[in-house]
Amino acid sequence: MDDCHGPSVATLPPPETSGKQHVVAIVGPPNSGKSTLFNRLTGLRQKVANFPGVTVEHRMGRAKLDHHREIYVVDLPGVYSLQPRTEDERVTHDVLAGTMKGLPKPDAVMLILDSTNLSRHLSLAAPILSLGLPTLVILNMADDLHGRGGDVDAKELSKQLNTPVVLISASKGTGVEKVIEFLNGAPKHLPPKPPLLQLPVLQDVPKVRDWAANMSRRTNFRAPAPPLWTRRLDGIFLHPVVGPLIFLLVVIGVFQTIFAGARPLMDAVAAAIQTSGKWIEAAMPDTPLRSLIVDGVWSGVGSVIVFLPQILLLFLFIGVLEDSGYLARAALIADRTMARIGLQGKSFIPLLSAYACAVPAIMATRTIENKRDRIATILIAPFMTCSARLPVYTLVIAAFIPEKPLLGLFFGTRAAALLGLYVLGFLAAIITARLLKSTVLKSTRAPFILEMPPYRWPTVTSLILRLIDRARVFLRRAGTVILAVAIVLWVLAHLPLHAGKAPAIGESIAGMIGHAVEPVIRPLGFNWKIGIGLITSLAAREVIVGTLGTIYGIEGTTQSMGLQAALRHDLTPGGAAALLVFFAFAMQCMSTVAVVRRETAGWRWPIIQFAYMTVFAYVFAFFANRIVSLWF
Amino acid sequence: MQMRFNKSAPAGPRNLTALKKGESAILERIDMSDIDAQRLMELGFLPGHSVTRAHSAPGGDPRVFRVDGSEVALRRETAVHLILR
Repeated sequence: MDDCHGPSVATLPPPETSGKQHVVAIVGPPNSGKSTLFNRLTGLRQKVANFPGVTVEHRMGRAKLDHHREIYVVDLPGVYSLQPRTEDERVTHDVLAGTMKGLPKPDAVMLILDSTNLSRHLSLAAPILSLGLPTLVILNMADDLHGRGGDVDAKELSKQLNTPVVLISASKGTGVEKVIEFLNGAPKHLPPKPPLLQLPVLQDVPKVRDWAANMSRRTNFRAPAPPLWTRRLDGIFLHPVVGPLIFLLVVIGVFQTIFAGARPLMDAVAAAIQTSGKWIEAAMPDTPLRSLIVDGVWSGVGSVIVFLPQILLLFLFIGVLEDSGYLARAALIADRTMARIGLQGKSFIPLLSAYACAVPAIMATRTIENKRDRIATILIAPFMTCSARLPVYTLVIAAFIPEKPLLGLFFGTRAAALLGLYVLGFLAAIITARLLKSTVLKSTRAPFILEMPPYRWPTVTSLILRLIDRARVFLRRAGTVILAVAIVLWVLAHLPLHAGKAPAIGESIAGMIGHAVEPVIRPLGFNWKIGIGLITSLAAREVIVGTLGTIYGIEGTTQSMGLQAALRHDLTPGGAAALLVFFAFAMQCMSTVAVVRRETAGWRWPIIQFAYMTVFAYVFAFFANRIVSLWF
Repeated sequence: MQMRFNKSAPAGPRNLTALKKGESAILERIDMSDIDAQRLMELGFLPGHSVTRAHSAPGGDPRVFRVDGSEVALRRETAVHLILR
């Protein structure tokens, strides 16, 4: 309706119904508080997306305006200039120039700068203003600026730049209403007039920097005192002796959280899934459909959802480390060790995350600017012992290794076996990293640069939003890939029908496939039942546990046996060792393949990686079987 | 002392690795490719501006430098190419 009255009408049609999408872009240097402001404006109405053909991700969200209207806000990667040297800079440049596919040219730009470092951050204002888009300059961290005795005259800066300027604190929420006011009028803002001080040649970094310094001088910018607390904390966290100790404590803390801390939560989720499965079973008549829903879908999807608490706890940890500023210190401390295997400090946290799950770990490699280092990190991440391997490890270890104390009460043979498997995965990662960095991924000597942001309190909102986003990604996987596999497996195990009844597992389609691969896996000590498990676990490693449960549950002769007893019946100790080694090295995870394809923008790397890891796993499983069979 | 200095900068001009903790100096130039030099300049390593050595990782590499209101860590292999006045 409003549209028909032309531009004199103040209201903007809601994004869903308007012919043209109205978009406002948020641009700013790294650590300027871009994400905090974005979260404030959009809350839960946001999602992460990728532009076609590039690996850089961006976040799209809808900001609530007056009169129940909304406008799209896009959060672009953090950059210092628009010179398209890195992929981040190219994406930012293309979006703002309106040449990015899948996104209309933004109606306006919000340039967010750290007011405590204004004379340097203003450098980005030069290329942004020269685009000629309506621009709001947001000076963030006002509380920090004033707290440390600094000051800036926003009105004067607005006059000098010839564009509106606001001083806010995104984390405290002060001044954000002025940003919303700008968004309210976004589609009708006029392009800015050129700044009073003529814009410099953009390619000349020192000239741009001089322009920014002149600009901040004209606005009575008083630089704040040095961040005292950051210096004090660095005195501790980067202390030659205390620093590494704290670093170790943090790493142990992350581990403890993943394993011990998440345990009760995971048990609770598992119990809830089991109980609800029983309710469904009781509520439905005994038909194949009930079997499909309870045995196929419910237990299959449930076996994956159990890992949700663990993954969320890990991301809570990473979120706190990243938002507080400690992550950069950890990368600094880890850099020398990582450099020995040809990687760098920024690879450390993604690799640590890979102990929970390779999928988020591979997404976390986005912080590594050097492309070769990033690909090397992506390629070795799945060797880290992810939590999906744990159900397999626990099952096989419990079935084959008798519990005997080794070092007192807390460290027994089973714990030692588990630790051994962790070490095995880690060694495979190191060997692979060395191999990659000395051959195909020989580094182009791009300098390692690591910025040390000031320490800040993480905000609860941004931590919660991050967790919700991760949970969404994970549950989507459980609801699609894993669900599909669970259904397909159930069907394959129950067809073809014999006289209207499901066949014995050996005669089902799944059994036939298992028999078909048996010759290939016999040298590893596996029979056709394990073969079915290997195939279904291509979807996700932990699926093999459910599969074996289904297989032994269906097969009459072993019905009374528990899963562990059934495994002992079917596997030699050599075969069990081979199974553990195979799972330590093989890339049995469709989600990882999918995420590697997305992050490397093509099929080349995931295919190479899958083939390499499978061959690696096969060869070492073969030797494990042979060697262990010599003794037992 | 003399030995170590020679090792880090073989008979060359004084570079960033010569700075002791807390010591400042003026940057003269960056002996690197244009792309790398521009990136370092955007982060605050500007010829004619002051650089202060701050903390370092255990073992002394990489080292943190205070430039233009922020702190940036560089490895020794990079720092040797930043020549001091």
